[in-house]
Amino acid sequence: MRLDRRPGLVILLLVLGALLALLAAISVGSAGPSAGDLWPRLIDGSDPLASTIVMQLRLPRALTAFAVGGLLALAGVAMQVLLRNPLADPYVLGVSGGASVAALSAMLAGLSAVAVQSAAFGGALSATVLVFGLAHGQGGWTPTRLLLTGVVVAAGAGAMVSLLLAAGDPTALRGMVYWLMGDLSWAGSPVWLLLILAIAVPAGIVAARPLNVLARGDVQAQLLGVAVAPLRIGLFICSSLMTAATVTTVGAIGFVGLVVPHLIRLVVGSDHRRVIPAAALAGGILVTTADLLARTVLAPRQLPVGALTALVGVPLFLVLLRRAHTST
Amino acid sequence: MATHAPSALTPAVSVLLQASGVDVTVAGRSLVAGLCLEVMAGEVVCLLGPNGAGKSLTLHTLAGLRPPANGHVQLCGRPFFDWSRRERALRLGLLTQVSEDPFPGTVMEAVLIGRHPHLDSWQWESGADREAARQALADCDLSGFESRELSTLSGGERRRVALAAVLAQDPDVLLLDEPQNHLDPRHQLAVLRLLRTRAEAGRSTVVSLHDASLAARFSDRALLLHGDGRWAFGPVSETITSTALSDIYGVRVSEVEIAGRRHFIND
Repeated sequence: MRLDRRPGLVILLLVLGALLALLAAISVGSAGPSAGDLWPRLIDGSDPLASTIVMQLRLPRALTAFAVGGLLALAGVAMQVLLRNPLADPYVLGVSGGASVAALSAMLAGLSAVAVQSAAFGGALSATVLVFGLAHGQGGWTPTRLLLTGVVVAAGAGAMVSLLLAAGDPTALRGMVYWLMGDLSWAGSPVWLLLILAIAVPAGIVAARPLNVLARGDVQAQLLGVAVAPLRIGLFICSSLMTAATVTTVGAIGFVGLVVPHLIRLVVGSDHRRVIPAAALAGGILVTTADLLARTVLAPRQLPVGALTALVGVPLFLVLLRRAHTST
Repeated sequence: MATHAPSALTPAVSVLLQASGVDVTVAGRSLVAGLCLEVMAGEVVCLLGPNGAGKSLTLHTLAGLRPPANGHVQLCGRPFFDWSRRERALRLGLLTQVSEDPFPGTVMEAVLIGRHPHLDSWQWESGADREAARQALADCDLSGFESRELSTLSGGERRRVALAAVLAQDPDVLLLDEPQNHLDPRHQLAVLRLLRTRAEAGRSTVVSLHDASLAARFSDRALLLHGDGRWAFGPVSETITSTALSDIYGVRVSEVEIAGRRHFIND
C-alpha cells in the first residue's frame, strides 16, 4: 500500500501513536505502582502518591517531551525550506550553540536552574540575531550565505563549549554533558511549549502552499507571486524562536529536527500541508518515546534523551529510506 | 475572488508587454541600451544573441526579477509594479534556464506549483487545476508521467516538466529562457508548435533560442542582442538575415532556402 496516497490515514495513525506514546509515558516509571496497578488506583483515588506522581511528574514531563519533539520537527522543516538544503536542522544556524555557551557558563557560575534557562534563551536569541545580521549585512541574503554564516557561528560556539567543558569543575561536568545531549529532568510546566506548538501547527499549515513554492527556489516563488523576503524572514524568526524555546527548556536534543521531516516526506510526499501536521506528531512521538526509554531502561539512572532519539530514530529512518528506494 | 481566466480581468489591450528605454547592465557593463519593444497579443517574439549578450538578463528584467537600470516595463497596459504580485503572476510567467529540485516530489506536484497564483490562500487545488496540469503535461508529451519521481527523469524530461509547470500557470505573456536546452529535435519542434497554438488563442511568448532557422520559421518578430548595448527589433524577415547573424555571432552564416523555408547554416 502506498501511504502517500492516503495522507489522512497517516495523520490518523500518527494521532493514535501520539496518544499511545503519551499514555505509556504516564503509566511507566521507576517510582510508584506498576503500570498495571496504576490506573485502577488512580481512578478510585485510593493512592494519593500515585496521583501525585502522575499529575506532577510524569504528565508534565511527557507533555514537555511531546511539545519539544513537535517543535523541533517543525523547526527542521522550516530550516530545510529556508536553506533549501535537506541536511539543515534546527541547530544549523547556531541557535543551540549560542544557547549552550550561555547555559554552560551559567552552570559553571553555579547559578540556579531558572537562571540557566534564562541564560540559554538569551544565548539562543543572540546567536540568531548575530547570524541574521552578519548574513544580511551586504544585502545578499542567499541560502548559501545564511548557511555558511550559521555554520561558522555554530563552529565558534562549539569551540567555546569545548573550552568551558575542559575548564569546568569536574563535579559540574556531568550536568553540563547531560544538558548538551538534552535532558528533560530540568523541564517544568509544559504549558508554554504546548501553546507555541498549538500556534505553530495551524500557522504552518496556512503558510504551507507558499512553502511548497519556496522549496522550488526563490526565483520560482517570486515569479509565482509569493512575497519571498517576508516569508523567508518569517521562517527564520519562527524556526529560531521555536528552537530557542526547546533548547531553553531541555537542552539540545539532536536528530529529531533533521530526520523527522525526511521520514515524513518519505511517507506522505513533499506537500507541506501534509508534512507540517505529520512532522509535528511524529517528532512528538519520537521524543516522548525516547524520554520514556531514557528514564526506564537503566532506572533509577537516567540516560540523555538526545542519545535515545538517535538510537530509536536511526534504524527507523534507515528502514524507511531503504523501502522508499526499493519501491521506486 | 475565485479562479478565473486572467484575460477576463484585462480589458482588450493588444500590447501585452511593453519596454520603454530599458537598460540592462551587469557589473557596470551595458549589455542592452534603451531597449524599446512591444509584444502584441497573439505573437511569438524570439530572442537571439551570443552567450553573455544579456538574453537571460533581459528576460529577467521583463519579468520584474531585477529592476531595469533605466526605463520602465508595462504589463497589460499598466506599469509592471502597479499590479499586485498575484495579478502579475496571472499575467506573466518565466521559464528560467535552470530549475531546482532539492526535495523529492512527483511530476504532478511540480506542475501543480504553477497553479499557485490561481488559488486563494486557503484553497486546495481543485479538479480544474489538476485538469490544467494534466493538459500542460500532455502538451509537453508527458502524459502518464504524473506520479513519476522527479529524480527518475532524464534532463530533457525535467526540462519539459518545468515547461509544463509554466504552461499550467497559464499566463498571458510567457517568457521562455532557452526552452530547447536538452530537448531532442522532435520535442524542440513540438515546443515551438505549442507556442504557435498559444498565439492563435491570443497569448504571446518571448523565447530565447540558438537555432536561427527555427526562430525564423516559428516567430513573428525577433529581438537580436549584440551584447555591447546594440539591439535590433523587427519582423523576422527583416531582422533574421545572414548578415545580421554573421554580425552578432562572429561566424559566417549563409542562408539557403529548402521547400520554401529559410535555413541558416554556419560555414
